[in-house]
Amino acid sequence: MESLYAITTGILTACGLFLTLRGRTFPVVVGLTLLSYAVNLFLFSMGGLTTDGAVIIDGPNEYADPLPQALVLTAIVIGFAMTAFAVILAMRARGDLGNDHVDGGKLEESREDRR
Amino acid sequence: MMQHLIILPIVLPLVVGIILLRSRHGATHHKRVIGVGATTALLAVAIALVIKASSGEVSYYALGDWQPPFGIVMVLDRLSALMILLTAILALGCVVFACAGDDEQGSNFHGLFQLQLMGINGAFLTGDLFNLFVFFEVLLLASYALLMHGGGKARIQAGLHYVVLNLAGSALFLIAVGVLYGATGTLNMTDMAVRLTALDPERIGLVSAGALLLLVVFGLKAAILPLYFWLPRAYAAAPAPVAALFAIMTKVGIYAILRVYHLVFGDHAGALAALEQPWVWWMSLATLVVAAIGVLAARDLRLLVAYLVLVSVGTLLAGIGMRSPQATSALLFYLVHTTLVTGGLFLLADLIGLQRGKANTRLVKGRPLQNGGLLAALFFIGAIAVAGLPPLSGALGKALLLKSASPDQQIWLWPILLGVGLCSLVALSRAGSTLFWRSHEGDPNRVSLARRQLFGVSWLLGASPLLMILAGPVSSYTQATAEQLSSPAPHIQALLPETAAGGDS
Repeated sequence: MESLYAITTGILTACGLFLTLRGRTFPVVVGLTLLSYAVNLFLFSMGGLTTDGAVIIDGPNEYADPLPQALVLTAIVIGFAMTAFAVILAMRARGDLGNDHVDGGKLEESREDRR
Repeated sequence: MMQHLIILPIVLPLVVGIILLRSRHGATHHKRVIGVGATTALLAVAIALVIKASSGEVSYYALGDWQPPFGIVMVLDRLSALMILLTAILALGCVVFACAGDDEQGSNFHGLFQLQLMGINGAFLTGDLFNLFVFFEVLLLASYALLMHGGGKARIQAGLHYVVLNLAGSALFLIAVGVLYGATGTLNMTDMAVRLTALDPERIGLVSAGALLLLVVFGLKAAILPLYFWLPRAYAAAPAPVAALFAIMTKVGIYAILRVYHLVFGDHAGALAALEQPWVWWMSLATLVVAAIGVLAARDLRLLVAYLVLVSVGTLLAGIGMRSPQATSALLFYLVHTTLVTGGLFLLADLIGLQRGKANTRLVKGRPLQNGGLLAALFFIGAIAVAGLPPLSGALGKALLLKSASPDQQIWLWPILLGVGLCSLVALSRAGSTLFWRSHEGDPNRVSLARRQLFGVSWLLGASPLLMILAGPVSSYTQATAEQLSSPAPHIQALLPETAAGGDS
């Protein structure tokens, strides 16, 4: 199970990173979402992977660490809010700047802006 | 009441912020009164905290009375008390300045401002790594909205970069926290410091990977060399009171580096001790050089001040990179000075821009200024302070830093730091002469200065002469802070008395 879990997290991270480095805002937002999924999975596994373990300590050996689950919950909520914000911001940028490039447009336009 | 004092810097802005967010529009007058009142109250609380902390005792507040290492704790020591006081002083200047009209350009300025203060104070007080992440997110969320307050192309564009970069930074932060938790089994920083002394050697690689990932995240917040590119545009585009408040945001990163790498990865951590030192030291010098080039190349006063923030970041990080109590004490003194002065300069740049009309803060010939004499005098004080010339506090901070360098560090630090000071001086005097002396013939713009704006600027810039007068008490406080910071023992004693006594908890 561990290797499957690790490969999944790795692929998600790689896809997320690739999309985040794109030039248009939509792929960037999708990339950030994938990245946050990968991070949540990663955090979840930090207490060690156990199957059928109790959430509370049930004897010294068989338990699932509850703390990473609490952390993941917090991270999911924050990540969700951030994604919503990033989407709205990207739409606002599309409206105000006239295109969806992360640098706000073609080269000539941004040069004019600076002047 | 006194026992709840530690949580007040978080609860007070939270409650006030929620009250202020209740109505989006209207009632500006009431909002201003509440906003300024709450910030003044925060200042009073911060002073009380500094008095409490200056006894040298580390005290903590366990939320819900769940004791450490299991519960969430807010820890107050000299360093966090100092940072909260600094935030409150800066915030009061900014909020009074904003009351002159900047708060009406968009909705919810005062509410967001209070939530931002809550996030900053929380980051300074928290005793565990995951809550550091949570408070970083709180302050970032508020800062995203504040950065784009009032709208406009430049702000949206700079805001987009800022948001995306910080979201990526948050992902890294979570990975680092996860790695450290997986390797040590705790998130409480004090407990982590204890557990690192008895770390399984197999896990050293894992922990150092986590620790250096954290350095990347804090470096992004503090704006170290390869991670600073978001800063100049974002700060130059932000509304003046927000940009001035953001002067403390880079210092949140500096604080986090100081806290984590002294408390958790201090000299007691064996193979992991001081693992950030070479990175921070060389990167800080490189940051200084790049910032000096930026200062010389800036063609706009706001951008110039934004690069001066970067200079201060480089200087502070060099202090961390030296890693000695003397250097820490010097950098804390410099931190107080530079935060207030760069904040004041952002506000001043806005006033100058308002009076110059169309030319705004660009360094070109423009209309003469209505209150040229007064603004020039303020600019003169700010420029002397920020460039580090005597007789103001910048010179003292830099001298302390230069003095605390060891001989083989001096070879690098002295020429670079002094050269950067010279570059700032050249750029500032060029900017000042263009703004105040090279103007077209004609009538000045009929924009008068509001008293609130002048109060904000002189409150922050006045800190520099005041800091010079009070240099004795302030530097003895920073010295005591540096000593308290140099070992995790006071924290362990306060939070985990059983471990400190030798028993196994």
